[in-house]
Amino acid sequence: METPVAEQAKATEVSVEERHYNIIGTRPIRHDGADKVTGKALYGADVRLNGMLYGKVLRSPHAHARILSIDVSRALALPGVKAVVTSADLATLDSVVSRVGEGAVNWRYLSNNILASDKVLYHGHAVAAVAATSLNAANEALNLIDVQYEPLPCVITAVQAMRPGAPILLQELRTNELGARGEIPTNIASHDQNMRGDLERGFAEAAVIVEREFTTGIVHQGYIEPHTATAVWGTDDQITIWTSTQGAHDARRQVAEVLQLPVSRIKVIPMEIGGGFGGKTVIYLEPVAALLSWKSGNRPVQVTMSRFEVFAGTGPTSSSVIKVKMGSASDGRITAAQVTMAYAAGAFPGSPVGGAMSVILNAYRMENVQIDGYDVVTNTPRVAAYRAPGGTNAAFASESVIDELACKLGIDPLEMRRINGAKEGDRRVDGPLIRRIGYLETVEKARASAHYQSPLPAPSTPGLKVGRGVASGWWGNWPGGTSSVSVIVNNDGTVNLIEGSTDIGGSRVAMAMQLAETLGLQAADIKPMVVDTDSVGYNDVTAGSRTTYSTGIAVHKAGLSIIQQMRERAAQLWDVESASVDYADGVISSKDNHIGFKELARKVGDGDGNVVASISISPNGDGVALATHIVDVEVDEETGKVQILRYTAVQDVGTAIHPAYVEGQIQGGAAQGIGWALNEEYVYDQQGRLLNGSLLDYSIPTALDLPMIEAVIVEVPNPTHPFGVRGVGEVPIVPPAGAVANAIANATGVRMTVLPMSPQHVLEALWTQGNERV
Amino acid sequence: MANKTAVQATINGEDVEFLCEPHQSLLEVLRDVLRLTGTKEGCNNGNCGACNVILDGVLVNSCLVLGVEAQGKRITTIEGIAPPHGLHPLQQKFLEHAALQCGICTPGFIISAKALLDHKPHPSEHEVRHWLAGNLCRCTGYDKIVRAVLDAADVMAVEVSK
Ligand code: FES
Ligand code: FES
Repeated sequence: METPVAEQAKATEVSVEERHYNIIGTRPIRHDGADKVTGKALYGADVRLNGMLYGKVLRSPHAHARILSIDVSRALALPGVKAVVTSADLATLDSVVSRVGEGAVNWRYLSNNILASDKVLYHGHAVAAVAATSLNAANEALNLIDVQYEPLPCVITAVQAMRPGAPILLQELRTNELGARGEIPTNIASHDQNMRGDLERGFAEAAVIVEREFTTGIVHQGYIEPHTATAVWGTDDQITIWTSTQGAHDARRQVAEVLQLPVSRIKVIPMEIGGGFGGKTVIYLEPVAALLSWKSGNRPVQVTMSRFEVFAGTGPTSSSVIKVKMGSASDGRITAAQVTMAYAAGAFPGSPVGGAMSVILNAYRMENVQIDGYDVVTNTPRVAAYRAPGGTNAAFASESVIDELACKLGIDPLEMRRINGAKEGDRRVDGPLIRRIGYLETVEKARASAHYQSPLPAPSTPGLKVGRGVASGWWGNWPGGTSSVSVIVNNDGTVNLIEGSTDIGGSRVAMAMQLAETLGLQAADIKPMVVDTDSVGYNDVTAGSRTTYSTGIAVHKAGLSIIQQMRERAAQLWDVESASVDYADGVISSKDNHIGFKELARKVGDGDGNVVASISISPNGDGVALATHIVDVEVDEETGKVQILRYTAVQDVGTAIHPAYVEGQIQGGAAQGIGWALNEEYVYDQQGRLLNGSLLDYSIPTALDLPMIEAVIVEVPNPTHPFGVRGVGEVPIVPPAGAVANAIANATGVRMTVLPMSPQHVLEALWTQGNERV
Repeated sequence: MANKTAVQATINGEDVEFLCEPHQSLLEVLRDVLRLTGTKEGCNNGNCGACNVILDGVLVNSCLVLGVEAQGKRITTIEGIAPPHGLHPLQQKFLEHAALQCGICTPGFIISAKALLDHKPHPSEHEVRHWLAGNLCRCTGYDKIVRAVLDAADVMAVEVSK
């Protein structure tokens, strides 16, 4: 998510001159790799404990209903059933909002999402849970829980929810209208606004104006590993939880709040995690498993979701409706832009509309702008972060309009972006000044790429239409939060690196490489490990593209402390002043002496006090990420099917620590963006029931749907990180939908204004706009 | 509670006997009864390939096979493809190409790719993509996975010709 709009002061500026690195930029094999390719790595659902019970969750069949009664007696009587929980087992929490992870959480809403209290607010909302000696018995017991509902009318989209007279989800909700509290019950949680300049004057200066309205559906993060939690409530009232989470400390904090316990009573053991993309920053099952353990007489309980539960019960991202009006002078300069966007938050407030408001125009210099954003509750699952939350929908809208302006003016679309692209010293639409970024570099690199320079491929079958599109994306990243690491020098010269940042996609190796670079060692000399919440200082979530950045800074600082201690040890050894001892490339030296890191570690041994360092930092830095993508598509106008023929993603990554995993982030983000662009969407019936809650029906891209994705790395070092790192994970999902839409327009002359651009929606657009093709 | 059936099978070259209930899938048996948790569950209905194993030479979704159907069969799981003290070329190439991020899909991909190369030692990129279309990966965009499989095929071809 975005850094606070206010001042981003206090970040230390480090000078990152053109530097030669020994380790950074190489591609060592990840430390946790062998276990992962041989099946030995243990993920959340691989935990097996003696006497473990299996838990299952009962979910609402209604999109919106009052719960009249819950009778669990028949379920409890079933042989093998050991415990049942409902929201009656949870305290009613105050409606207080706290920062958690990269977002904000209202504790009452979080608790009500974990187990519904008086109302169910979406199809799939958790109502009760059971623990039994077998999965089978647990599933059977769910059928024996008798819940009486009074169904209520539902609203699925933001537009429906905002209509006067719409059914109200949360009776106590009032609109936060530009800071003032509204008076009447509503589904609109907030209205925010960013503005600058004079819209009227800006539009008056425009030679061309384009105005369009875009709608996008609900999409899911789609991690392959379902949510799972295993808990033991010990007889000493200490709770241990094994789970797949993007942040063990945040999970602990959330469990503590929901169960109203001090954090010290809870230990969260982070297992390997099978994808998250933002969706595993919030908790669902952990308190349920803990309560089931307590109620079943302290037995271990494992609760794992089915795939349907993942779709119906966990955070997808917002559907949205976005209006964009933009004007441009005949030279391509954007003179004014007005945006109105409403994001559906699902059952409780908290859509990523704030992030979307900054994504939508920040890549461009804008004098006259107004952006209005609405956060709206709907009878769909409470949204969770999804990779650059809110960014893909926003950029789909703005990048489509910019492309159309360029088309109308006869300007090359990358030239249009060069003319308007933001650079250091420009002011962001949402306030802060822009520091060193590599946006224009990505545009230039894209323009010079073999892809952009080559002619469009011929259609695979005569009659099919081919086209090329480009789009850019901005993402603010979260170069803040807290990261804690401990470093221990072993007496054989290797170094343990103990961290609290979940490793979702190779961050252990990226941390080890930064420590190896700092100490002048090899990556293989470092043993990185992610440990439980009792064993390392507080650490924020692996999210917001923050880990390689923030935890990397902590690792570097800890490395500097180790260097200082090794100099002191050498000084003792040689009986010289430590100030006269140098450290470079893993060699410690003074005038007449020198000794390698490993040899000194051996000499120091274990007897004279270990060389260790513990660091906790909160960098509050900066590290905006920008990307420009190019795509060639083939459109079948008979069926509406769009095929991706070629894809190139150019991104400013600051410094690529491990280029292969940086490319992987870029390719994976682009692939998710393509899925969002072409296929993915929740389908509901009239009663608000989810119709496509399986991987077959929801349909994420397969290997056959995609070409190779060329990742082009641009390195404009980030001045606030010792090695110049920018977060890389999120921005690659921002441009794809816009790029694909622009390619479809290039191929067919028809502008897509709906996501996904599935065959059905493409055909509808071809039929309705067919006669106004451009 | 249903009666359990005794089943004999050869798993990763070892003869094993296990008890399972008639409704239990092979995936459940592998993970919960035999504690071979390298085989993963992503969907439990044949849509993701995370649970793939090789059963008498045929690639199957173990979530769609019943435990009792394993009677008398030879089963290869991710735990059974590496030589002692080493890695299978596919495992090695997945590491070298950074073809995994979170790694939850990796056992399924490696098993599927092994089944492909067992049948077709020199697949084209398209054939690899076609064969692996039953395995979902949400992290990588497949690029590095496809490269790793093609590279492993080359390495294995060289090993065979030696
Ligand atoms: S778990 Fe068997 S195919 Fe997904
Ligand atoms: S590496 Fe995460 S799903 Fe494939």
